[in-house]
Amino acid sequence: MVENPTHRSEHTAAESVSAVISVNDLAKHFREVAAVDGVSFSVRPGETVALLGGNGAGKTTTISMLLGLLKPTRGSIRLFGLDLARYRHKVLGRMNFSSPYVDLPHRLTLRQNLMVFAKLYGLADARARIAELAKALELDALLDRRVGSLSAGQKTRGALAKALINRPELLLLDEPTASLDPDTADWVRHYLERYQQETRCAILLASHNMGEVERLAGQVLMLRQGKIVDSGSPDDLLFRYSRQNLEEVFLDIARDRRAAGEVAPGKPNRGESSHSEERA
Amino acid sequence: MMRFSFGRVGAMCLRHFYVLKGSWPRLVEMAYWPTMQMIIWGFFSTFLYQNSTWLAGAFGVLLAAVMLWDVLFRGQLGFSLSFLEELWARNLANLYCSPLTPSEHVASLFIMALIRALIGVVPAMLLAIPFYHFSIFGLGLPLGAFFFNLILMGCSMGMIVTAMILRFGLAAENLAWFIVFLLAPVSAVYYPVSILPGWLQVVAHLLPSSHVFEGMRAQMFDHVFRWDLFLAALGLNLVYLLIGLGSYLWSFSRARSLGLLLQVGE
Repeated sequence: MVENPTHRSEHTAAESVSAVISVNDLAKHFREVAAVDGVSFSVRPGETVALLGGNGAGKTTTISMLLGLLKPTRGSIRLFGLDLARYRHKVLGRMNFSSPYVDLPHRLTLRQNLMVFAKLYGLADARARIAELAKALELDALLDRRVGSLSAGQKTRGALAKALINRPELLLLDEPTASLDPDTADWVRHYLERYQQETRCAILLASHNMGEVERLAGQVLMLRQGKIVDSGSPDDLLFRYSRQNLEEVFLDIARDRRAAGEVAPGKPNRGESSHSEERA
Repeated sequence: MMRFSFGRVGAMCLRHFYVLKGSWPRLVEMAYWPTMQMIIWGFFSTFLYQNSTWLAGAFGVLLAAVMLWDVLFRGQLGFSLSFLEELWARNLANLYCSPLTPSEHVASLFIMALIRALIGVVPAMLLAIPFYHFSIFGLGLPLGAFFFNLILMGCSMGMIVTAMILRFGLAAENLAWFIVFLLAPVSAVYYPVSILPGWLQVVAHLLPSSHVFEGMRAQMFDHVFRWDLFLAALGLNLVYLLIGLGSYLWSFSRARSLGLLLQVGE
């Protein structure tokens, strides 16, 4: 769910508590460059929200701030109703993350890696949890192999096992299927859908893969130059941009065609006003 | 405020134990250099023992110095390399988006520095007994005091090195190998502090290591444990530990501001 920046003050405490993620006017500046510039949104339990945008749009920066790896220049982040700046280590145990830009140590076997992270997250049933994940993610045969010897697809499944080791209530996924073949990517998406149905885990997903976003996300935040320039469900966006798929919507936004009047906007749908005019 | 968790410290030690367990060449390498040093200095000591009145006073003084110097070097290196492992593995973001706190990470690096130093120097200490009939363990309890102060100093330096690596990235990684050697001339490892020029003696007295090596010589030549030197080394170590920890926490905070935790790596 995206909050209109003009109505930030209406961001009630009740909303913050019920939302897993509640971000208000979040910004990150690297000197004069605004990597993220006044972003506000929230994610509820069981919801999947996708951050969609080109390279340098601010997706990874937003995720890094949500993980506490990067300090915001301004704005607030509340996770599970708690202020991340104050309760960082309290909330980190309830969430997890996976990204192709971050590896598991190659010299350790997958089982050793998972054991280390299980202990970091304070799991009492580490062995049972590893066995459970190995079965669910079809990793049994790979557990005692060094991570460095695994294929890209196997590493991704291993990284997903690490991301799920603590039964997270919030999962932050940065390009979860990057560099995977279509079959493995489809398998990963299917697993994520099933996991979410079973656990009502909230997922924030950053991706370039439009098919993935259309399939997984209930809500899409379109980012350009650090700002949310439009948002809505995949169906809403397709309708409003009169497009057949999200890739075309993405290109319209990335190339700013709508502002240039090249795209005839559809009617706002489902009671939502068109955010693009407000935000662009 | 997050509670300090020994469980998470243990998890980090387990991660490094797996690395060591899975690589016997690494274990051999850790013990190789201290052993080679011990052999060379052993022959040199034997030669000097027959030709030097100073060394005749205590045959093993150079051997003990070289072994204790390795405690400092291996301690610092062990601390820094255990941290560098995370950078080489691009694992830092995984660790710091878990509930692991910087102090728990630092505590695990302390433990790994101690373990790596022991793996490095204990074989050399043991081999010196049959090779040269010299046992550093003959120093008794004072050996523990010297070891303790040197490992503390190694860890303080390790924290300063990791702070610089965190701030400047892997470009600063070579510091891990050479920073201790900057201090070697003024640590008075093989000669008394009084040999140094006056202004360098002042510098030497600001280092815990010079007090340890002076204390070691007092123990070996005069069979006296110099509490004043031990306490001076301990006091200085506390100052350096605070500086080291402060540097690490400052660098960590800067890394979070600049987005370096995700970027540092190969």
